[in-house]
Amino acid sequence: MSNLADFWDNVREQASVSVCEAVTFATPELFDRGCERLIEGAIVTIGLLVVSCLAGFCIAVPLSLARAFGAPWLSRTAWAYTYLFRGTPLLIQLWLIYFGVGSLGKDLLGPVWWLLGDAERVGLLVLTLNTSAYVAEILRGGFVNVPADQREAAMASGMSPFLTLRRVLFPQALRIAWPAYGNEIILLLKGSALVSTITVLDLMGQLRTLFSRSYALDLFLYGAVLYLILVLIVTGLLRGIERLWIRAS
Amino acid sequence: MEGLSLLALGADGWGDELLRGAWLTLQLALVTLFFGILLGLLLAAARLSSWKIIRWPCMGWLLVVRGTPEFLVLLLIYFGLDRYLSQILRFLGIAEQFELPRFAGAVVGLAVIFSAYAAEIFRGAWRAVPKGQMEAAVAVGMSPLAGFWRVRMPQMWRFAIPGLGNLWMVLLKDTSLAAVIALNELLRMAKIAGETTRDPLFFFAVAALIYLFMTACSDLVRLWLERRARRGVRAVAG
Repeated sequence: MSNLADFWDNVREQASVSVCEAVTFATPELFDRGCERLIEGAIVTIGLLVVSCLAGFCIAVPLSLARAFGAPWLSRTAWAYTYLFRGTPLLIQLWLIYFGVGSLGKDLLGPVWWLLGDAERVGLLVLTLNTSAYVAEILRGGFVNVPADQREAAMASGMSPFLTLRRVLFPQALRIAWPAYGNEIILLLKGSALVSTITVLDLMGQLRTLFSRSYALDLFLYGAVLYLILVLIVTGLLRGIERLWIRAS
Repeated sequence: MEGLSLLALGADGWGDELLRGAWLTLQLALVTLFFGILLGLLLAAARLSSWKIIRWPCMGWLLVVRGTPEFLVLLLIYFGLDRYLSQILRFLGIAEQFELPRFAGAVVGLAVIFSAYAAEIFRGAWRAVPKGQMEAAVAVGMSPLAGFWRVRMPQMWRFAIPGLGNLWMVLLKDTSLAAVIALNELLRMAKIAGETTRDPLFFFAVAALIYLFMTACSDLVRLWLERRARRGVRAVAG
């Protein structure tokens, strides 16, 4: 674990130094002074996005299946979960877990403290749970809109329920859900800025630290540009995946 | 039952403070909705303009606002307005000291965010009304403005309501960001209560339930509005 953390710290440092050296000829002086911090922050933001996106998807798949095909009690439980996370602001979820549950302290929480005593881990946890609720609803929409005869045909040709799901329902549901899923990833990227309120030094956290020292409003503009670049990269990746997919089928 | 006494109304409990916070949250969301829809219509009109000189800057603006975190936009607008307004007022000699009211700052910030998304919805709704409708309105002798109000608007409304309903939910939740600029809305009241009584878990949980209640009520209103806007249209299914 500590090896991984060291590696991650190294990557952050090395990458930010080399990126800043590469762009310094074109960037304003105020940006250069905070550059390494901002790039490090941007890398943290990317890390948060990638991990919470993957983990959130893994939670969302069983949730959406429970919503679409589960027994009534299962479907209702999954609905309550998604309703809870979609009906309250992300900010209150972060504060509730970090300041609220975290206030119970090390002794009461036991092993959970490993997760809740560290701001970055809480940020990751809450972003994951939050996005899983939204993605579950999106995937459910996909599953519900796959024509019923697709399922019937797969079952009739002797596929097991699991195989039907894997080979017939899931690919089609994902294709229906893809545009909405892409939107959700962008929303997650922008929402991740809120983890700065629980002291995580992501891009927004670094921006606010720098701003509290210099009160230079330009910093926020540079931050906006960096976020915009991240959003454009993610949009490009999503579009690339979509294109590969269309070519493959 | 210690928990419930914490929620008592009056000086002993935090019930009235939380309710006042929730009321401010609701006010913030409603005022933002009003200005956000106005600004959104303007942006949609600019986006649909046939002049590139109007259309392109508008597209750039929408891209920037929608591509940066809401939190960043809010902070930038709040601090930016505060600084530049006070400079302007000092330059004009109107006021030496000026502090931007937090409510106004939050409304402007949230309305800018809301309008950027609303503009896309209005643009889609505008396009969804068939051209022939307006041609018919002009043919029966309505002025373009009357045609807009009596023919295009009511039909645009029907296409825009589902999207606007979604945006309202997003807005209601985004008002919590104003807690960070120290506006005493629901989330900040819960934070203060939690810090004072040293029971943050309880108060954040109560605040979360109040948010949940507000979004649940909004859901009902949205369903009713959608049904109302659809009246007179034959259902395709169901």
